[in-house]
Amino acid sequence: MASRPEIQAPPEIFYNDVEARKYTSSSRIIEIQAKLSERAMELLALPDDGVPRLLLDIGCGSGLSGETLSENGHNWIGLDISPSMLDIALEREAEGDLLLGDMGQGLGLRPGVIDGAISISAVQWLCNADKSSHEPRLRLKAFFGSLYRCLARGARAVFQVYPESIAQRELILSSAMRAGFAGGVVVDYPHSSKSRKEYLVLSCGPPSVSSAVPSGKGEDGESASDDSSGDEDNRTVSISDRHRPKKKQKLNKRGKGREWVLRKKDQMRRKGNAVPPDSKYTARKRKSRF
Amino acid sequence: MRLLTHNMLSSNIKGVINGFPLGIVVEKVIEKPVEMNPDFLKNMFAKIEWKALVDASRSMGYTELPEQADSSMLDSVDFLQRFHHALLELHLEEGALVCPETGRKFPVNKGIPNMLLHEDEV
Repeated sequence: MASRPEIQAPPEIFYNDVEARKYTSSSRIIEIQAKLSERAMELLALPDDGVPRLLLDIGCGSGLSGETLSENGHNWIGLDISPSMLDIALEREAEGDLLLGDMGQGLGLRPGVIDGAISISAVQWLCNADKSSHEPRLRLKAFFGSLYRCLARGARAVFQVYPESIAQRELILSSAMRAGFAGGVVVDYPHSSKSRKEYLVLSCGPPSVSSAVPSGKGEDGESASDDSSGDEDNRTVSISDRHRPKKKQKLNKRGKGREWVLRKKDQMRRKGNAVPPDSKYTARKRKSRF
Repeated sequence: MRLLTHNMLSSNIKGVINGFPLGIVVEKVIEKPVEMNPDFLKNMFAKIEWKALVDASRSMGYTELPEQADSSMLDSVDFLQRFHHALLELHLEEGALVCPETGRKFPVNKGIPNMLLHEDEV
């Protein structure tokens, strides 16, 4: 599995011209991004009155997620730190306005003017310190604080995130709560490793019915491929839970057997790992007296 | 960048108390016609700082916005059209935005303002 882009380089360097082009010419990525942003729009739960709103797309990149916003008839302002990605957005004739900016420096927007914010796969970048002056905690604080100020009362913000670990998710969530947001994490397909998606759903203003966290998709073993059918009944609340028991390894009494060990060793060799040579002792059980 | 965005942006430099409105240095302005949506305009009107919009549109060479405006004027189609043109159709393509307190310039290239701050401004 390819390693996470967050640990390879800072966003403005990782998304260079080549990477930005690659990102936007892959139909698979475009499809995923469209799906994610559609789901984010759904979670944003804007009133269904046909009035276009002013939305914010944080980490808009090449404007893939903004396209979904435009399709829904909304006006949007996009913010991204990678000039190459924004160039592609211009090429794709993104309908929203684009800003080159760093969300970790805070959003320079007037208070109370934005009707909603979405962000697709971007906020986890804030957890990295890419420069000596970066302090993730402070950057998250600046980001959520300024976002809270610029959102209108009762507005929502939906962030699709890929946290690296539980600690990272806690860090992001606690920074949001400290800034005054209410809300939580919605997990779609929590049992699938591939299509599992986490959304941070935040609302600002006093707690109300609208600030209840919506439910995630596919909790009851509904397979991810079924999601186009959009079966409402199968959705249940699934707030991520660190106390959930980890998957237990299947072990039978006789162990995994020589064949299994040889296959695994071969797999590791193909990956280029240092693996001891096979011999007659391979996968042999130790004597009990040992 | 449209004036809608300009009307929302404020300078984010550390120590700046009132970073709004940003001044505009114009090098190139383009117009892109878009369809008018009265609902959106009515919805946005309450959020727009009118004086900043008027000043900004003047600096972009559009002088047909009235000095004062209130919500009763939103019924006039003529007013809506001017409002719409100033807010959504004028684009600052090349130029700069200027912080009103520090005079720091944020360059605008290809319609994208560069709002990145230096390390000592955060």
